[in-house]
Amino acid sequence: MTSLFLRDLKLAMRAGGGALIGVLFFMTVVAVVPFAVGPDLNLLSRIGPAILWIGALLASLLGLDRLFQAEREDGSLDLMLMQQTPLVLTVLMKCLAHWTATGLPLVIAAPLLGLFMNMNEVAIGATMLTLLAGTPAITLIGAAGAAVAVTLPRGGLLVSILVLPLTIPVLIFGVSAAYAAVEDPTPFLPPFLILIAITLFFAVIGPLSAALALRAASD
Amino acid sequence: MSENSLTIRKFSDLANPTRFLGLAARVLPWLIGLTVVLFAIGLYLSFTTEGDYQQGETVRIMYVHVPAAWLSMMCYTVMAVSALGTLVWRHPLADVSARAAAPIGAGFTFLALVTGSLWGKPMWGAWWVWDARLTSVFVLFLMYLGLIALNRAMDDPGKAAKVSAILILVGFVNIPIIKFSVEWWNTLHQPASVLRLGGSAIDPEFLWPLLVMAVAFTLLFFALHIAAMRNEIWRRRVTSMRRQAARAAGREA
Repeated sequence: MTSLFLRDLKLAMRAGGGALIGVLFFMTVVAVVPFAVGPDLNLLSRIGPAILWIGALLASLLGLDRLFQAEREDGSLDLMLMQQTPLVLTVLMKCLAHWTATGLPLVIAAPLLGLFMNMNEVAIGATMLTLLAGTPAITLIGAAGAAVAVTLPRGGLLVSILVLPLTIPVLIFGVSAAYAAVEDPTPFLPPFLILIAITLFFAVIGPLSAALALRAASD
Repeated sequence: MSENSLTIRKFSDLANPTRFLGLAARVLPWLIGLTVVLFAIGLYLSFTTEGDYQQGETVRIMYVHVPAAWLSMMCYTVMAVSALGTLVWRHPLADVSARAAAPIGAGFTFLALVTGSLWGKPMWGAWWVWDARLTSVFVLFLMYLGLIALNRAMDDPGKAAKVSAILILVGFVNIPIIKFSVEWWNTLHQPASVLRLGGSAIDPEFLWPLLVMAVAFTLLFFALHIAAMRNEIWRRRVTSMRRQAARAAGREA
């Protein structure tokens, strides 16, 4: 399992610009927003957490369709289907590696972009914390979508369409927790705990359905 | 093992496509007739009852809007049950049912959204508000469209059925979460007022046409669903016959 994790991580780092491409996309999305809404710093600091969350959501959808497709093309997916360890665990491991390669850099890049958005320290910290808790859920839901579309030659767009509606709860609770930390009367903890609960919930549902779909898709 | 195969044989006996086609041919005319009669009664009732003292004539939109919204959810439930049938029992008709139900469900959801928007303009002063219920129905609509797209994207019907069954079930597990999270987020739409503890909050004047229309819509759904399943079975038969004909032609040549 560890070797699979390391292998996926290395592949993700070295192939096609690696982890940086997701971060680059994230930065570009966030940088485009001020052009659309105008360089009003007060407004930007108010909508900052939401912008960061949307950017992170789109960036983590970016590489999802490749999650199983490369394995299918070179045949190693069949080996994973046949090996002794349960497929669910393998899928979970692949999700973890994918998140470490694409999700974690987003979390690390978030404070810098928060500064661009004129957010204060509390807001930046809260957004980073919610991203840390929430982006794994996006990857885990996305694994199910990627597995479903693995046989399609151009599944990328379809995966995004299928996965985006399912990630709405993550977005809602992530953003509301980030806002709750800034605005005083609303408590930070309840939405944050629900966000963690959603992540844990999808840690079960996502790999399970992805494994089922991979078995169904294999010939 | 023998017991297992026996039950499966019995199950497929009950629902092998030819029997289903026979059943559909017998049931469908009655179902359509009943639907038409109920729609006539329901429409008559909904246009002759009094308007609301506040909302005036626009309250009549409710008789289309509310049943359509109910059915958009019921249709997804039917699809989820069919998906279970595909994955658990490998029921031969379950995937046909799921595939046939998706466009109908999308149609009802679209109807609910459009009528809701037409009703919202005079009542709330806007065509669309980002309110909890509207948003969750809209998300449901997007999920229907995604499922249809996925089903269309695959060539092999058997494989498409399995894969979309998995996605339907994931969506079904997710719908309560989406609904709950969206309600936490923002709400303006009135809460459920027909079915709730302590009796209905709607005046009988409005309740009767609404119930008749709801039953009529449900029957319409089943009539459409059975007809669509029949068409799907026929379509598959035509495809396999064409394939056989092509093979036979290839052998002769």
